[in-house]
Amino acid sequence: MLAKRIIPCLDVKDGRVVKGVQFEDLRDAGDPVALARHYVAERADELVFLDITASKEKRPIVYQLVERVAEQVFIPFTIGGGLTSVQEIREILKRGADKVTLNTAAVRNPQLISDGASAFGSQCIVVAVDAKQVAAQRWEIFTHGGSRPTGLDAIAWAQRVERLGAGEIMLTSMDRDGSTAGYDLELTRRVSSSVGIPVIASGGVGEMSHFRDAFSLGQADAALAASVFHFGKFSVAQVKDYLTDHDIHVRR
Amino acid sequence: MIHIVDYGAGNLRSLQNAFEFIGMATRVSDKPGDLASAEKILLPGVGAFAHAMGNLEQQGFVEPLQSSVRAGVPVLGICLGMQLLLTTSDEHGRVEGLDLIHGAVTKLDCAEKIPHMGWNEIEVSSSSRLLKGLPQSGFAYFVHSYVCHPVDGGHVAARFDYVGEFCAAIERENIFGVQFHPEKSQEVGLQILMNFGEM
Repeated sequence: MLAKRIIPCLDVKDGRVVKGVQFEDLRDAGDPVALARHYVAERADELVFLDITASKEKRPIVYQLVERVAEQVFIPFTIGGGLTSVQEIREILKRGADKVTLNTAAVRNPQLISDGASAFGSQCIVVAVDAKQVAAQRWEIFTHGGSRPTGLDAIAWAQRVERLGAGEIMLTSMDRDGSTAGYDLELTRRVSSSVGIPVIASGGVGEMSHFRDAFSLGQADAALAASVFHFGKFSVAQVKDYLTDHDIHVRR
Repeated sequence: MIHIVDYGAGNLRSLQNAFEFIGMATRVSDKPGDLASAEKILLPGVGAFAHAMGNLEQQGFVEPLQSSVRAGVPVLGICLGMQLLLTTSDEHGRVEGLDLIHGAVTKLDCAEKIPHMGWNEIEVSSSSRLLKGLPQSGFAYFVHSYVCHPVDGGHVAARFDYVGEFCAAIERENIFGVQFHPEKSQEVGLQILMNFGEM
């Protein structure tokens, strides 16, 4: 049986972790590789690195990060943030990353999804779907960190990215992101039940029970979190103990 | 030296990194002639079976691979590389493989999501040399849509359960294969690569 996945997400700017905090086993909380190793030791199932610099000029810093992570981390990891071309995806994958996430670029140019999938396989292409609730039972896709509406319906867009060849959907509720109110379970369940590819729930986790809800009520395949782990509210290992106690199958 | 066969089937960097991490030297070989001096051969692979087999043929790897294996050189196939060790595959019509282990590769037939992607427990056969020293039930990271069916059930070295039992690893004398990615399976995977390197 497949395990439900717990995925810490690291925001990286100019090659350094943003909002890094000190764990006992870390000498440098700003070093993404050190933090990554910390989470791997806690049995994180995958890692996501989001480059919030996301500028073309600084791309070499990201490439260097991928190389350093790949030398020391032997679980799958994903790189995202401002990727706009097949060439950039290639540069990242060939350095040892397993997947990339596409966000704004995929909305602007959906063919990037199919081009990426046919060049590297669907399993490498994760599409980040950032959605905001705009009416009862209706969520819309926003880009540019939630500031720009697109008019795209979240469910329809999720189904479209699957048809285009996305291997996975990273679904962030822009309403919940940055809050501690829990994942948007209704959105997560609606998207999960509308597509045949795995859905990663994201945005809003504050309690361990939120992870359980994402899997049981939201029907997610994986759950992503950032600040609860970075600020040490609880560890990945604690979340996995909690989920095991609540009959959710996880890798320990 | 462990030779990693480079026939254009995707990214080899993670495999090289994993061996380097456990202190074992590898060499990437894109010339069939190199294999004659290989102590061990690693056959990676992502993508489609027919395309990969076509590349192996085009680059002249098929015969050297088969003769190295006949000469007793340990070979480890990973993911699609494991599937290539079998007789045939159904992926995009019937395609012939290396036929180093008799059996067929077919589409994963189950009610769950396909591809089978993520961490799944593997049940390890106690007689496996490749998988020795692992917990009897550990997790490995999989990404695949097709599975191997060796004719001789004795060649199955590990199984995984995904609404049905499937083959996770094969083993016959000096021929080994894993359906999952040891280079992405944390300590379980590194132990497997170490076992292979020490053969």
